[in-house]
Amino acid sequence: MKHTIEMKVNGEAWVIDVSPAESLLEVLREKVGVKSPKIGCERGDCGSCTILYDGKTIRACLALGVEADGHEVTTLEGIGHDGLTTLQEKMVEMSSFQCGFCAPGVVLSAHELLQHEPHPTAGQVQEAISGNLCRCTGYDSIVDAVLEAARIGPRAVS
Amino acid sequence: MTIAHDFAYLHPVTMPDALAMLSGHEGAMLLAGGTDLVPWLRDDAITPEVVIDIKDVPGLTGIEIDGGTLRIGALTTFSDLIASTAAHRAVPMLVEAAHTVASVGVRNRATLVGNVCSAVPSCDAGPALLAYEAVMDVIGPAGVRSIPILDWFLGPRRQALGKGEIVTSVSIPILERHGACYVKLSRYRGEDLAQVGVAVVALPGRQYRVAYGAVGPVPFRAPAIEAYLAGKDLDAETLAGLPTLIGAAISPIDDVRASKEYRTHMSRVMLERGLAAAAARLEGGGPPYGESVI
Repeated sequence: MKHTIEMKVNGEAWVIDVSPAESLLEVLREKVGVKSPKIGCERGDCGSCTILYDGKTIRACLALGVEADGHEVTTLEGIGHDGLTTLQEKMVEMSSFQCGFCAPGVVLSAHELLQHEPHPTAGQVQEAISGNLCRCTGYDSIVDAVLEAARIGPRAVS
Repeated sequence: MTIAHDFAYLHPVTMPDALAMLSGHEGAMLLAGGTDLVPWLRDDAITPEVVIDIKDVPGLTGIEIDGGTLRIGALTTFSDLIASTAAHRAVPMLVEAAHTVASVGVRNRATLVGNVCSAVPSCDAGPALLAYEAVMDVIGPAGVRSIPILDWFLGPRRQALGKGEIVTSVSIPILERHGACYVKLSRYRGEDLAQVGVAVVALPGRQYRVAYGAVGPVPFRAPAIEAYLAGKDLDAETLAGLPTLIGAAISPIDDVRASKEYRTHMSRVMLERGLAAAAARLEGGGPPYGESVI
């Protein structure tokens, strides 16, 4: 049976028909058209489908689309209203990623950390991104960029 | 991969409706965090005709201290638990265990109660709740009842919840003075299930509680080990007696995550370190909660 859900995606209101068996990841990619949440393992292990759900990171592959009725989703597309965030700029400058498949999830996990903990330790950064698997970098270039973004603070870069 | 099996999604907003829906649909599954349920649906490991989302049923949230009891609502996520000062104060080792569950993006969604309702042998909440002697508060067609966690785990993915019943909260008797430690062995931090999990509570008078996860079909307390340790100093002579008792208590399997031999070896190493940390914490020392001892 189809359900009609209303959810906000990156600040925009959507009314969508979904069937219960559709994951939130499928609904976001195929019906809303946001492609930054990636289809990786689809069992919650890899973190490449990470989104912000009512402000907190979750795995979009582990939620049903129908559950999102009345909720607010922010994807990578929705966090940088005026271009890239400081965090993203530092990641670009410091070559944090190679293939980039994990990047949307890593950026959102680090973004969530910096919201709660503006001056994290390296250990806190590692814990925050520990659920985002990256097979290219060995993570150091990511951790360095998060620490550098935290050092500069969100307002230092336009 | 899409979930191949179609099902109906029900979304009650009152407890009577939730109970009626559960009793009215044979084989219906409850959905809270969904971090186990959704992969099981995708794998066709379960094929319910009805999934009942209880996230908007009132009365299932909150972490409160009521007299000598900490009550944790069934919808409490591991992140909620980690953020709770009441939980840190009353059950620091449960919070320590919560920190080892997967990673932030899963802990923001996965619930403590869901973890023990799924009853996977390696569940991190199992040993911790066993060592704290928690009680599951349950509501069902016949009213409310309490199920001690010691009677909860019946087999892999099987627990004592009866037909038509819903867990409303977990109640934990607050220990006035204790030291404790949850030790988890996993291949890496973030996402992995436990290869071995050990929860230890040290009480004044050299009394110890010991619970294991991932080395048997269910998480379990180890009464023979506890009886052996009671009143003893944790010296080399005492520790020398542990391997035989551990060998008798655990029944580890070989699987993709670890061999039987490795699990057996680590069951001893982790118990020794967990005991040392719990005893030191009882005296106000030891590593801070959350710092891994392996």
